[in-house]
Amino acid sequence: MKALVWHGKEDIRCDTVTDPEIQDPRDAIIKVTSCAICGSDLHLFHNFIPGMLPGDIMGHETMGEVVEVGSGVDGKLKKGDRIVVPFTIICGECDQCKRGNFSVCETTNRKRHLAEKVFGHSCAGLFGYTHLTGGYPGGQAEYLRVPFADATHIKVPDGVPDEQLLFLSDIFPTGWQAAVHCDIEPTDTVAIWGCGPVGQMAIRSAILLGANQVIAIDCLPERLSMAEAGGATTINFETESVVERLNELTDGKGPEKCIDCAGMEAHVLASQPDTLLDRAKQMVMLESDRPHVLREMIYVCRPGGVISVAGVYSGLSDNMPMGAFMNKGLTMRTGQTHVNRWSDDLLHRIEEGQIDPSFVITHTVPLSQGPEMYQVFRDKRDSCVKVVLKP
Amino acid sequence: MFHFSNIVRTKGDPRIVEGGPSLKRPEDQLARALGWFSIGLGVVEFFAPRRVTETLGVEGHETLVRAFGVREILAGIMSLSVDKNAGLWARVGGDGLDAAALLSGLTADNPKKGNIALALLMVGGIAMLDYRAAQDTKPQRPPRDARRKLYPNRSGFPKGIESARSAAKQIAAHATVGQS
Repeated sequence: MKALVWHGKEDIRCDTVTDPEIQDPRDAIIKVTSCAICGSDLHLFHNFIPGMLPGDIMGHETMGEVVEVGSGVDGKLKKGDRIVVPFTIICGECDQCKRGNFSVCETTNRKRHLAEKVFGHSCAGLFGYTHLTGGYPGGQAEYLRVPFADATHIKVPDGVPDEQLLFLSDIFPTGWQAAVHCDIEPTDTVAIWGCGPVGQMAIRSAILLGANQVIAIDCLPERLSMAEAGGATTINFETESVVERLNELTDGKGPEKCIDCAGMEAHVLASQPDTLLDRAKQMVMLESDRPHVLREMIYVCRPGGVISVAGVYSGLSDNMPMGAFMNKGLTMRTGQTHVNRWSDDLLHRIEEGQIDPSFVITHTVPLSQGPEMYQVFRDKRDSCVKVVLKP
Repeated sequence: MFHFSNIVRTKGDPRIVEGGPSLKRPEDQLARALGWFSIGLGVVEFFAPRRVTETLGVEGHETLVRAFGVREILAGIMSLSVDKNAGLWARVGGDGLDAAALLSGLTADNPKKGNIALALLMVGGIAMLDYRAAQDTKPQRPPRDARRKLYPNRSGFPKGIESARSAAKQIAAHATVGQS
């Protein structure tokens, strides 16, 4: 089969690889009908997250049709079923899964010893996302083996196009969880840093959860226009002071709720010297992340407010203003998304026509063009916001 | 390389049968080679400055050579990173500094002036490669003033934003009634 394979920094190729096989009775194999490039795939493209090896298949936003099931799937899936594959692999049986904390499933990371060394404890296995999270082959391919398939799936109905359902795999629940973590009240202003695909979903989620005002921060006109279309007031951080504008829009009080949808690769800007320092340190491996957004959120958030972190961070962040964080009594909530905790509700909202996540797609191309699209997406060429690949 | 990484793959996981084309361009390979060269030269300059100054007949300038070594290592690391273009321009600037320092040692009374002339020739050659690589690896991001497509009609709410907002308000009102 064809698959997008990581060969090194900035080197992804469309290779021919062997087809996946059932390895465990709880496995299923799907024929992929749609998959997407995620913003967090770019961290792997840049080799900023350790644990990738040449030959690893990329991709964790995938859906398709079940073509083979293991004997232990127990009737929960059958050939021909149409499923979205959550990016977090879950067993559905461990203590964390029973609590709904699916992204920290205690069972599915088959290389848990690596994660335990780095994070203290293991998290769930993830598709196509380094050997720290299991080294599972990803879904930017023609076929995908879904481990623990009896639990790791979202069954979706026929009749709704792939484009509306695909993002249940990651970015829609990720944006949703980021907003839910804010405990949004009807009087709240929610400020969202980063208007990439997850940021766009967080904006719509904050609106659906009843925020009084949503403010979106980015520097790319196409992303800001999309954010505005979704009901946000926008701030271009290249031309305006984020702190001044946020205070202006909140009568000097600051937003009650702040969401980070930028993560570890915050934009580097000469007018923000901390971003230059972070980039220099990151280059010589003195710091793994560029946490400018976190610093700014802590500084501008209204005292007593909530900081919700949906953007990916990989390791160590320097110069965090913990004094402000502590004295302002802020709460930080974060985590990879517990996809299956939200999927029923979100699927229902899509079916009801409350939201159509396909609005975010700007490019749809064959899988074989995936390597070029990594570059287009990374360089923000052709006003690219979200790429869907068709195997 | 992937043949080695296959050792850690679980039996049954896909393995590469036939590699597809790489998008790495020759200039990317050149940038990589220059990055490693820079680090190598920097390490020599930093750890063996005496050997360098003796070869060039400029004894007493070991500290300067060490500083140049640090500069070479940093520029090399930058050239190997995703910001390789900045690293390569840093190398071009460094080549200028190297040439200036060498010229200052090219005096009539220097018995090793032949070595300095040879070093200058090498710096010139490397500088041409650095300049070429820096030109060819310019970031492909569109310029800031480039025309961009805008998406003012992509709300994502098939029933409109106001409908989404009012539905949320109704839910909040019900929740408040339920609490009282």
